[in-house]
Amino acid sequence: MRALSLETIGAGKVFGNFRALDNVSMRVRPGTVHALLGENGAGKSTLVKGIVGYGPLDEGSVLVGGKEQSIQSPRDSHSLGIGMVYQHFTVAPGLSVAENLVLSRGELPWAIDWKQERAALDAFMARMPFKLDIERAVSSLAAGEKQKLEILKQLYLDRRFIILDEPTSVLTPQEAEEVLGLMQQLAHAGELSVLMITHKFGEVMRFADDVTVLRRGQLVGSKAVADTDEAELSAWMMGESREQSTALERVEHLAERTPGLEVSNLKVANDRGTLAVRGVSLSVLPGEIVGIAGISGNGQRELTEALLGQRPASAGEVRVNGRPYSASRAEMQREKVYSLPEEPLRNACIAGLSVAENLALRDYDHAPLCRSGWLINRKAIRERARELIGRFQVRPNDPDRPIGTLSGGNVQRAVLARELTEDVAVLIVSNPVFGLDFASVELIHRRLLEARNRGAAVLLLSEDLDELLELSDRILVIHDGEINHQTVPAEAERQVLGRYMAGTEHSAQQVAG
Amino acid sequence: MKPRNAVYRAGGLLLPGLPTLLAALTTFVLFMLFLVVQGKPAWQACQLVVQGAFGSAFAWENTLQRAAPLMLAALCVALPARAGLIIIGGEGALVLGGLAAAVTPLWLPGLPVVPLLLCMALSAMVVGGFWIGLNGWMRQKRGLNETIGSLLLSYVAIAIFNQLVEGPLRDPASLNKPSTIPLDDSVMIGPISDAFQVHWGLVVGVIACLLAQVLVRNSVTGFSLQVVGGNVRTARMIGLPVDRLVILTCVLGGACAGLAGMFEVAAVQGSANAAIIAGYGASGILVAFAARQNPLAIIVCAILLGGIEASGSLLQRRLGLPNATTLILEGILFTSLLAWEALTPRIVAWRLRLNERAEQTQGALQHG
Repeated sequence: MRALSLETIGAGKVFGNFRALDNVSMRVRPGTVHALLGENGAGKSTLVKGIVGYGPLDEGSVLVGGKEQSIQSPRDSHSLGIGMVYQHFTVAPGLSVAENLVLSRGELPWAIDWKQERAALDAFMARMPFKLDIERAVSSLAAGEKQKLEILKQLYLDRRFIILDEPTSVLTPQEAEEVLGLMQQLAHAGELSVLMITHKFGEVMRFADDVTVLRRGQLVGSKAVADTDEAELSAWMMGESREQSTALERVEHLAERTPGLEVSNLKVANDRGTLAVRGVSLSVLPGEIVGIAGISGNGQRELTEALLGQRPASAGEVRVNGRPYSASRAEMQREKVYSLPEEPLRNACIAGLSVAENLALRDYDHAPLCRSGWLINRKAIRERARELIGRFQVRPNDPDRPIGTLSGGNVQRAVLARELTEDVAVLIVSNPVFGLDFASVELIHRRLLEARNRGAAVLLLSEDLDELLELSDRILVIHDGEINHQTVPAEAERQVLGRYMAGTEHSAQQVAG
Repeated sequence: MKPRNAVYRAGGLLLPGLPTLLAALTTFVLFMLFLVVQGKPAWQACQLVVQGAFGSAFAWENTLQRAAPLMLAALCVALPARAGLIIIGGEGALVLGGLAAAVTPLWLPGLPVVPLLLCMALSAMVVGGFWIGLNGWMRQKRGLNETIGSLLLSYVAIAIFNQLVEGPLRDPASLNKPSTIPLDDSVMIGPISDAFQVHWGLVVGVIACLLAQVLVRNSVTGFSLQVVGGNVRTARMIGLPVDRLVILTCVLGGACAGLAGMFEVAAVQGSANAAIIAGYGASGILVAFAARQNPLAIIVCAILLGGIEASGSLLQRRLGLPNATTLILEGILFTSLLAWEALTPRIVAWRLRLNERAEQTQGALQHG
């Protein structure tokens, strides 16, 4: 059998203070399809990057074909016969299929004998279970065909162990079916072994032989697919228990009030021009946190950007405190709309400006930060910054330092200091604690609850289900740009949420929050 | 302890000028080399550059006369740069502004001199502002790269200028040098004083730079522009009207370039003709980059560059060097500036370290 077995023993990886992967031991049997399941940030990518050598593991060992191997770079893994198909295509669109295949070999002579190469490629294609015309330009291939080309490339390079990173995310269901079917066929024929990262239970159930679930960098379980079911996998993926909120007590507000934020039938296009948000309606009352759960890439980013004014909406309406809202500065200041976007350095700061200037972004055009209506008062900006830096424990304690030189947690604290003023009415929050240390997470969650208790309407988009269950008053699930489920945390079941997030279950009618 | 602290502080403040200083040194060495290779007396040539630029009252006048349009043309680069744009088509705004100023008296006959001059300046600024504003508009609304767009539009502007000056607006009396109808002598802008033969464009240029400094450094609008230039996503998140701000800064920059054209017509040429297409737009880019887009530094850099250009004839007369020599000097200077610009990230880091040292010594001072 050509197919390789692969085993990790005690695999671990640390980024700064953050343990991305902790003591993961798993085994891929030769000639099988092995699924790797987990939420975002569960450590799946970290693990496969370690196996391929893009980000070598800090701890543990990798056994390939039963022998321990040191994999320090992709070169090492390639020479062992391990290859990876990335989520995004790595083909040269201007070249033909034949050229792409030959190019992928890496080491080429100074002149290529195309006649001979074509003959070799024809012979290669004849052996393959699926075919592509080698003369076709890659730019003319459909997504599924490109994905096939990626897989052919791995076979052409004689790989015996192939890692697929969410192989079907860019494919139609029919294409996905075909490609995964082929992989299964090849594996069962003993040609190769497959390790496949996925979110989709359906694919695991239909095409995988074994499945391993990671959660927060740790191994939750690993067993044969035949011995498990979706319910168990969801429970593994989302976690069984929920930590009880140790934070503040919740103040209950009257329900009969004008919604702070009201979104009706909002449609937003993504960068490629297709609709990423397809008619979302929701409302958030003052004194309420509405959480939006979903697997990343289901329209959350576009929805946030549209609400923040970073991206135009193609249809629909947004109202704040009952009045139409177009995310202009005047409206933001009048209605007290603030936000904590994800990746604060990219979305909410100017890296080259000082902490003090960044802290002034919301109100530099108002007294006391400006005089006579048009003159910036730098002294006032710096003094106010000193006060906020102290109150929100931003380190280092230097208002003149460019904010881009601060650590992630401190950047987020600075943004928090700016956005969570006393009188915030509407707050739009997206993955606020992504990649932050424990202390920062505590602080940020406490501040969010405080804002809620003061009567702010908070919309919280997060990929972290624990965070949503802990903070939200209501939870909506977004899948493929539509809200398909609504629940309250007390009644929420992780498995059910997980199935809605994965899109395996659809509610009968569109849910309006 | 205290003097050392002051040294750190001063170091931190002066560091941003380092690339320009290094570029000047590199240019000096390369220019010397360029002359030595040709067997020309390099050291003497350099002395002549200084002498031709600043060696006498006449040299100073010549230098400052050239510096005036450079300041205004440089603002056409520096103001849009604040919002993150690289506009290199100031020449187009300059020539069209000059043309607009030259024809204004034809349409407003009988106006007293001062209001007429104001109208000329206004029309030059409107036309120049429109031209560069068009670049900003195309970038924001149509996604066109503003650098290439402004360069191409500049060629269009020059073509329009030539078409009009050689066609419908041509003074039939201008035979071998097609020009518009000359301005009346009373409208011509004279020197600041008899003892100082530099036209009022210099004063206007300096005032424009000072106003620009107040705008970018001290005003709310300037702060907004800096946010837009620094991170447009953040600018949108805090609700700034990004498109309006970008177009505004382009219009202001274009207005400055148009004003430079007006002074070339009303203070130097006397009419709009091909002589005002003298490359002030390109030199303005050089000045703005040398000044690192800082309006106050533009005043100094424009005078230095004006000096280099003024020394050209002296080099020609004394050493028999071709007039292009000063162009080569400018070219080397610009290339060096761009090359040393790559130091910027390190400078930020060095500056941080200096500030930390200053803080430490200060802390030691307080505790000790």
